[in-house]
Amino acid sequence: MDQPLSSTAQAKKAKKRRKESSLWWMYLPSVLLVLLFIVYPFLDGIRISLTNWNGFSQVYDYVGFEQYKRMFADPDTWLVVKNTLLYGIGSTVLQNIIGLGYALLLNHHLKVRTLTRTIIYLPVIISPLVMGYIWYFFFAYQGGALNDIYNWLGLDPVNALGNPDVNPYIIVFVNTFQFVGVAMIIYLAGLQSISKEYYEAANIDGASSWSKFKNITLPLLAPAITINVVINIIGGLKLFDVIVSLTNGGPGNASQSMSTFMYSLYFARQDAGYAATQGVLMAVIILVLSLAALFYLKRKEVEA
Amino acid sequence: MNQVSKRAKWYLTAVALVITLLHLIPYYILLTTAFKRAGDFSSKWLFPDYFSLENFTNAWEQANLSNAFMNTFVITFFAAAMLILFGSLAAYALARRQTRLNKYVYMLFVAVMVIPPLTALVPLYQLVVDVGLMNTRLVAVLNNVAAFLPLTIFLYAGFIRSTVPKELEEAAKMDGASTIGIFFRVVFPLLKPITATVLILSCVYIWNDYQFAIFFLQDSDMHTLTVALASFFGQNTSQLGLVGAAALIASLPMVFLFLFLQRFFIEGLAAGSVKG
Repeated sequence: MDQPLSSTAQAKKAKKRRKESSLWWMYLPSVLLVLLFIVYPFLDGIRISLTNWNGFSQVYDYVGFEQYKRMFADPDTWLVVKNTLLYGIGSTVLQNIIGLGYALLLNHHLKVRTLTRTIIYLPVIISPLVMGYIWYFFFAYQGGALNDIYNWLGLDPVNALGNPDVNPYIIVFVNTFQFVGVAMIIYLAGLQSISKEYYEAANIDGASSWSKFKNITLPLLAPAITINVVINIIGGLKLFDVIVSLTNGGPGNASQSMSTFMYSLYFARQDAGYAATQGVLMAVIILVLSLAALFYLKRKEVEA
Repeated sequence: MNQVSKRAKWYLTAVALVITLLHLIPYYILLTTAFKRAGDFSSKWLFPDYFSLENFTNAWEQANLSNAFMNTFVITFFAAAMLILFGSLAAYALARRQTRLNKYVYMLFVAVMVIPPLTALVPLYQLVVDVGLMNTRLVAVLNNVAAFLPLTIFLYAGFIRSTVPKELEEAAKMDGASTIGIFFRVVFPLLKPITATVLILSCVYIWNDYQFAIFFLQDSDMHTLTVALASFFGQNTSQLGLVGAAALIASLPMVFLFLFLQRFFIEGLAAGSVKG
């Protein structure tokens, strides 16, 4: 502004500046906690990934990108990444399809709606570790409920949790069972925000159920789809508890996710530098996939 | 949604009931498992023909669940209280004062939300050892607060911007109230709905936390319910009844809370997700 300010305007501006103090003391404790427990460890993890530290010794060396070379040459890395992607993407696909199906069903004003919604949502509030144990009782080789059925049918019992070809899928199934309620609730909220007028107009045009679903419901659910996909991808990629209780990552490393693999590298093998390197890879994978999904779906939302 | 005939509604109700029954299977198996005495190898699909709380009393003592309950309760209570206090204070400043500093600080909180906490396990563990907080309830409280603060601030800030009228604060200011007085007397009571959401989301999360508790609370006196349960399972892999009873005990408080406050859980989630 070129014009000199009148004294009252100046006073006003000064007052405004005074009023616009940042009140920084109000968020100081929050900033300190987040810096200390999240930002600092995250950055320090990158530093440790460049060392050969064993997790307790005072002495260690910076080894440059040796741990990264080791990681990319390690066949376990690729097995674990493959599992992690299966957990992340598999659970996301299943939770969204089934969650949307449940939401469409419950969007009809059925008498059993509250009951069904409650039961489907219930596992969300139970610890994933406990949920893993509950399903362990179902799938356990000895005394599991599944083998009781096999027994009645005169079939040999199966060791589903000990079979590396099967158990990653059981983990996807249990994770889906546990969190499908979240997707369902978010889709239900989305469905209820769609105005009935669209459907009435489509009915006048004689549109089929499928075309109404494809042309009205899906596009208008786009924001709900975005939220669900991003939440589920992040949740599935960092899966930990349920694996511990169902298979403990085994047999061998067969059902290990990046989280559980990192844990065993650090605590069981004292390979802290390498564990930190795996941590960096995990952060990169989660960031890239969740942001890619977010941007892709946001663009779709605009087009829709 | 489009109208469906009465007949179709019956079919849909039947489908909903079948789905409900399928979703009840694991709890049913949990119950039959937990009520069977050691040595009873009958089918998991059948309840025992006797009534025994043997597993529950044994699990309570052997897994030291009373101690674990106390630890979990204390950690959840203090972490939730700190989250609400720190989170609402921070969100108020960030939502109401759009200074350049505050914009950066808000961006920091949003950015931190995408960092997966577990990826920083190694340095975080080392940090906790260095400051001498290993095996203390305090570290579990602080870590849970830090992990949940960004989302809490995000939810509070959104609520303050969209729902809390500035006029009330300005009127209080005219009357000479201090900023902190305005916050606690005028603003905070208006935040009740979002406080309920934050409380529910964070309590479930902290009560059920395993992945941090297992790192920082390895001393058995400090075990929370999940850690106690995992180590109990390690010692009793062949005694599923005991583990089932312990799992049931550990989950009941949250299940009751959910059944009584169901509306808040579900509305809170829907509100949180739409704003998120």
